[in-house]
Order: sequence, then structure tokens, then C-alpha cells
Amino acid sequence: MIRVVLPAHLRNLSKTGGEVTVEVSGAVTQRSVLDALEAQYPMLGGTLRDHATQQRRPFVRFFACGEDLSHESPDAPLPPEVASGKEPFLVIGAIAGGAGLQTCA
Amino acid sequence: MSRVRVLVGTRKGAFVMESDGKREKWEITGPHFAGWELYHIKGSPVDPNRLYASQSSGWFGQLMQRSDDGGKTWQPVGNKFVYDGVPGTHQWYDGTPHPWEFKRVWHVEPSLTDPDTVYAGIEDAAIFRSTDAGQSWQELPGLRGHGSGPKWQPGAGGMCLHTIILDRSNPQRMYIAISAAGAFRTDDGGATWKPINKGLHSQYIPDPNAEVGHCVHHVAMHPSRPGVLFMQKHWDVMRSDDAGDSWHEVSGNLPTDFGFVIDVHAHEPETVYVVPIKSDSEHFPLDGKLRVYRSRTGGNDWQELSKGLPESDCYVNVLRDAMSVDSLDKCGVYFGTTGGQVFASADAGDNWTAIARHLPAVLSVEVQTLP
Repeated sequence: MIRVVLPAHLRNLSKTGGEVTVEVSGAVTQRSVLDALEAQYPMLGGTLRDHATQQRRPFVRFFACGEDLSHESPDAPLPPEVASGKEPFLVIGAIAGGAGLQTCA
Repeated sequence: MSRVRVLVGTRKGAFVMESDGKREKWEITGPHFAGWELYHIKGSPVDPNRLYASQSSGWFGQLMQRSDDGGKTWQPVGNKFVYDGVPGTHQWYDGTPHPWEFKRVWHVEPSLTDPDTVYAGIEDAAIFRSTDAGQSWQELPGLRGHGSGPKWQPGAGGMCLHTIILDRSNPQRMYIAISAAGAFRTDDGGATWKPINKGLHSQYIPDPNAEVGHCVHHVAMHPSRPGVLFMQKHWDVMRSDDAGDSWHEVSGNLPTDFGFVIDVHAHEPETVYVVPIKSDSEHFPLDGKLRVYRSRTGGNDWQELSKGLPESDCYVNVLRDAMSVDSLDKCGVYFGTTGGQVFASADAGDNWTAIARHLPAVLSVEVQTLP
């Protein structure tokens, strides 16, 4: 059982509480956790990874055990504490982002 | 008695406003999708309880939402917009080729006949269609495949397809507009498209007869006059009487002909509304006075409408999808500002009242006239 903490906007979207749990069979990696998360909550598809490229969105970050794992390979094993359920996998909306108004100068 | 529902998209959520036919007292609900940008919300003409909304954020990308009860509850639907085939390139700001990349949905246009069919105008510019109530989306690739696609380039707000107009008299005909490529028309249900920009003149475009490259801000059409189009271009208010094959300027006596919105009276096809904005470098009304201008002659002769609108110190903008009309008698006119105001007129623009004053910046306003 993997524990995942979502940012507030995505908790609202998926109608979940502070933490969700997903089951992963096989290696516990960013990709397998996100695949399981999207399978369980299809409305999250495209919100963390681009639909077409499957790349992490620029202002989404992944943390666990006090480490920023955002730039790790999506297929790298996550820390054993995440795989065992001792520590959660944290999805964070970076302190950046936003989009411009519709305008045309 | 008829009712009116106003669907307002803002930078931080959606608001639904309802009133009876007098349009004096308004009940406002929201924010729906608090904290998200709602570029556009629009209802189906055949099932007014069926609404589609474009919800996006710089963090979490694009979502699409559907309501089947007039905006009381919503459900997320499909948000997968994948270009047909190899996307190819368009022109970047520096003139170099740049790959087509999906960014967001600017405009949703429900079908005139089927509540489960809806079109989406996206950035980078393309048109998509869903025939399953928003669950899945397919590109109409003939638009980008027209041949001029590699020459399209973004305006300052991105390369967005922001206007989709359906023709009730001819289901095979649609119009779209892209900033900054121009306007296009299909006469075969979206299979093939042609640019319809003859007569547009844009400063800094070396070729005055350029097929594409024009920064069209918005286009409006009256349902009873499908061959007559009104356009607010970057600068210039334009009119076409031949379904876009040629355009002529109708800016006439406007104090400035820069602006974003344009719309047509529900019952008078020659009555047109614009909100003049000072310039492309100063996106606010002239002299801090918010004014709507109305032409009852299809352009050229414009009348200032100011009763009830801010007389001074008003430095807001009115964005391209932020004006709409109801179909009551008298026609109601509505618009929203980047200052979070929504103004309404229940008498075709003669008098205005703020029905909301302190919303987040308004991105879009659509109106439904309910039985």
C-alpha cells in the first residue's frame, strides 16, 4: 500500500481527503505510483503528467522522505519507506506558475 | 416568465447568476472550481441544463467539466486533446519553426442540434470535437492541414483558437478565428477550411493582402443573417456581407477602434456592440471612462452608451469572450471586466447595472435565456 498526499486542488477534484492509498504491483516507482493513482482516480489524468508526452508538469513536484524526487527518472525506485507505506509520496504544486490573461498586445 | 442565466468564467473560478425576466435581482452561486481559471463556459442551445466548461491552471493543466443540471453540479469529463497525426510546426515569435503543443481550451461551442456534440477551440490553435458529451475529443485536422499552418504565429496571449461560430441555416458551415492567424471558414462540416481574411489590413504585416497573420480578436454573427459577420480585429472593427470572403472597415466614429469584444443584438441584426479600448499598449478604456458603443446601422455610426457605467478612474479591460446577449424583449446585454465587474443592461444598452462588482478578473460571459 502506497500513501499519496495530493495538493488541495487535486483533492477537491478527486473528492478525496488528505491522503489516498494505492496498490502497486511490481516495482514502486514514480511511474507505477502515478499509473495506479490515475487508474483509481481517472479525473487526475493529465493533471500531473502531460497526456501526450507523459512528462511531469513543470510546476508539479514530487517529494518523499524530505527529498525532492522531481528530477529523478520516473522509473527509478522510490525510497523503501514509500514502498512500505511508512512515508507518503507527496505531490506538491510548486510556488510558481499561473497563466497570463487572454490578451494580445 | 422567462429566466436568464449568466455563466461567468474568471481567473479564479466560475460563477452562475440567475434572474427572472425583469433582470433586476440576481442570485449568484460560486465560485465553482475555486482557484482555477475558467476560460469559458457555455450551455447547449437544445438542452439548457447541459453546460460545458473549460477549467485550467498553470500547475495542473487542462480539465473539462460538464453539468447536466444547469451548473448546480459538475463532473469532470475527457481532457485528452491530442493532435491528429504528427503535429508539425508553426511559426514562433522569432520566426523559427515551433512544434504544435497543446496548452489549454479557450472556447467551447455546443452544437446547435445535439447536446452531446461540442466543439473546443484550443491553444496552440486547433479545433476539436466531442460527440459523446465531452468524454473524448478528436481534432478536425483539416484546419491545421490547410497549408498555411506553418506560417501561423502566436499573439501575445498565445496562439489560440478563440472563436467558433456555427451556422443554423447550414450545418456544414462554421467559422473560427485564431490570434494571430486570422479567420477561417469551412463549408463541408470541418473537413476543409479556407482563410477568410481578404480586406483585413494589419500594421507591420508587409504584405497588405496576406492570407494569414492577422490578429483577429473576436467575430460575431446574428443567427438570422449567417452571411453577415462583424469582427473586432486588434485594431479596426470590420464587417463582411459575403460570409467572410471580403471585409470592409466599419470603425466609423469610434473614439478608438482597438478592442476585444463584439456582439450583435438578439433581435436586430444591424445592431452591434463593442467596447473600445485605448490601444494595444494600454489595455483600458479611454480617459478611465468605461463605455459600450452601439451601432444600429451595422457599423460606421456608433453611439456611446454610458448610463450606469463607471465615469472615471476605470482602468479595466473587457476580454474577447466576455460579452453576450439574452433573447428577451428588450434584449439584455452583458459584459465582464478584468476588474471583476459584471455589467448588465436590460434595455439593449441604454442603462447599465453592475450585477457583480468584486469577482476575480472575468475571462468570459455567456448568457442563456431559459423558458
